[in-house]
Amino acid sequence: MATESENLESLVNRRYEHGFITDIATESFPPGLDENVVRAISARKNEPEWLLEWRLQAYRQWLDMEEPEWAHIHYPKIKYNEISYYAAPKSDDDRPKSLDEVDPKLLETYDKLGIPLHERARLAGVAVDAVFDSVSVATTFKDKLADAGVIFCSFSEAVIEHPELVKKYLGTVVPRRDNYFAALNSAVFSDGSFVYIPKGVRCPMELSTYFRINAANTGQFERTLIVADEGSYVSYLEGCTAPMRDENQLHAAIVELVALDDAEIKYSTVQNWYPGDENGVGGIYNFVTKRGDCRGANSKISWTQVETGSAITWKYPSCLLRGENSVGEFYSVAVTNNLQQADTGTKMIHIGRNTRSTIVSKGISAGRAQQSYRGLVRVMPQAVGARNHTQCDSLLIGKDCGAHTFPYMEIKNPSAKIEHEATTSKISADQLFYCRQRGISEEDAVNMIVNGFCKEVFKELPMEFAVEAQALLNVSLEGAVG
Amino acid sequence: MLEIKNLKSRIGDIEILRGLSLSVNAGEVHAIMGPNGSGKSTLAQVVAGHQDYEVTDGSVTFKGNDLLELDPEERAREGIFLGFQYPVEIPGVNNAYLLKAALNAKRKHQGLGEIDAFEFLKMAREKMTSLGMDPKFLNRGVNEGFSGGEKKRNEILQMAMLEPDLAILDETDSGLDIDALKAVATGVNALRSPDRAIVLVTHYQRLLDYIEPDFVHVLSQGKIIKSGDKSLALELEEKGYDWLREAAIA
Repeated sequence: MATESENLESLVNRRYEHGFITDIATESFPPGLDENVVRAISARKNEPEWLLEWRLQAYRQWLDMEEPEWAHIHYPKIKYNEISYYAAPKSDDDRPKSLDEVDPKLLETYDKLGIPLHERARLAGVAVDAVFDSVSVATTFKDKLADAGVIFCSFSEAVIEHPELVKKYLGTVVPRRDNYFAALNSAVFSDGSFVYIPKGVRCPMELSTYFRINAANTGQFERTLIVADEGSYVSYLEGCTAPMRDENQLHAAIVELVALDDAEIKYSTVQNWYPGDENGVGGIYNFVTKRGDCRGANSKISWTQVETGSAITWKYPSCLLRGENSVGEFYSVAVTNNLQQADTGTKMIHIGRNTRSTIVSKGISAGRAQQSYRGLVRVMPQAVGARNHTQCDSLLIGKDCGAHTFPYMEIKNPSAKIEHEATTSKISADQLFYCRQRGISEEDAVNMIVNGFCKEVFKELPMEFAVEAQALLNVSLEGAVG
Repeated sequence: MLEIKNLKSRIGDIEILRGLSLSVNAGEVHAIMGPNGSGKSTLAQVVAGHQDYEVTDGSVTFKGNDLLELDPEERAREGIFLGFQYPVEIPGVNNAYLLKAALNAKRKHQGLGEIDAFEFLKMAREKMTSLGMDPKFLNRGVNEGFSGGEKKRNEILQMAMLEPDLAILDETDSGLDIDALKAVATGVNALRSPDRAIVLVTHYQRLLDYIEPDFVHVLSQGKIIKSGDKSLALELEEKGYDWLREAAIA
């Protein structure tokens, strides 16, 4: 177990932002939340009046709401007045000056993940010129997108540059008072990404937060809005397999996706935030609301996620299938180890005729971790011919962990076809002995079995992401057996 | 090649092997027979290094080295192969993948590079054909949904690919129909060589009609009570085990 905790410990803390943004004021707000804080955040970002008003309404709604307690997770009560709601980016003086000053365990993890040398400095938050390399990469990238008419920028920038688009779509998928954390985010969101793909455009490359410019310090209350106009296509990658530096414990992000007629959005996430030490201390709470709206006919939204990080994950990427013949997909691998807790799954809301959805959820628990799959399939009365297939598999490693499945189905149209399959399996001592007798080390055997288990989801990820995800899983589960 | 002296082993509080000695040389085929519960499978598991069996006394050397010091995977890479009585299913892990990983683990141990993918496939297909296995099995999960006979053939396939120095086949004949039995026997016989030793753990003489052993040992209550040549197996078939047990007690 010693090696394991060391490794997880080393999966600490990467700053989410690129370090070269300068146009943001440098002080942080004192802890606490009231209307003045909301006003100050909005002012700092030079936001228009309507957006301030929108935030204030969200704040007032949040005050009336209760923190949800239905999830199968446990954590001490969050003291919202002890959080600072506007944190400035770290100055270079606070950063390590070179890789020599970075925790060697962190470097070891980068090594295992096969991250190129020149990337490591940036990931570890080193204040060196190397960071600026990504500026040139990003610039080339931006030119190419501009040629195609694609808008890809920080949320703050979009508010200033494309207010009509933001105003038209913001909060239309996840309403302000959708849930407690969504209301909080709507009041105090810091920054995030904005994407607009014009009619008929196939985005010429995979968009990744990795290359996003001007998105400093979006960590805590991130807000993402992606709009795919008629007949367009975009694949968006969120996160990074490399462990991130982060000082914020509570993360309450919102992701809204809108797909109009014949549009398709593929959204892939690899989440690898600090899960805390072996006792779960110091890990990130990830309470995120992700929802896609298949607003147009024949539209498609596909969520693929690999979740290995965070102390607590509370996350249900969902699809509203409004458009006729629209398709929603959810492919997920969630790994929990040590004392990690995850309550995750999806919601597929069938509203339009002949809407289809597919759910493939793979949960892996090790150590003393607890994991729940919570899925809702709802077929509305008007959704004639709706179809859903759900497959929900759990893999247990060791005897102290748990897997729980909570499938909810609300079918209000008799023509619906719904299938649900669930399995729970264990990596058995017999399987490991069998592999070892064939000369394969225990660790390689576990990796082989786990990767076999996750194959169906990995194949949905963009190629290079899939390779990284596989390596990440191996690191996350290192020492989980024996 | 394999030298077992006064081996005692237990699982939990139950002593199963009670001072077993056996010597196996390269080029030999030994058959270990005996009634249920006599310790045949335990012997196979102990040699392979199963963690549930505690060795309380005695020694086991393999090619002159202390075998009991080694982890199961090290024993395998040194050239010990165990054909399991109940091969386990590993859903999702493709048969070819496991085979290749096993082969490469051994090659690495021998200081060789990884096997070329085409060479691997060619070799696997050839061996499968000779065992009467459909090459499609390569792309299925390890033993997943295999019939009893298919699982046993798969064990022999792995053995044929890994070319061990010492192969211990634990009740490889149990539950096989005659065609499968013949295929398995063909696979084993193909592997007989002056450099290799084979230990067959079996209940019945039937297998020995197809794989002719050089030595036959009878195990009872954790000890070898009688050794002989292949005629001993025929005698057992005729008389059962009781006369030997009585003789041993007397």
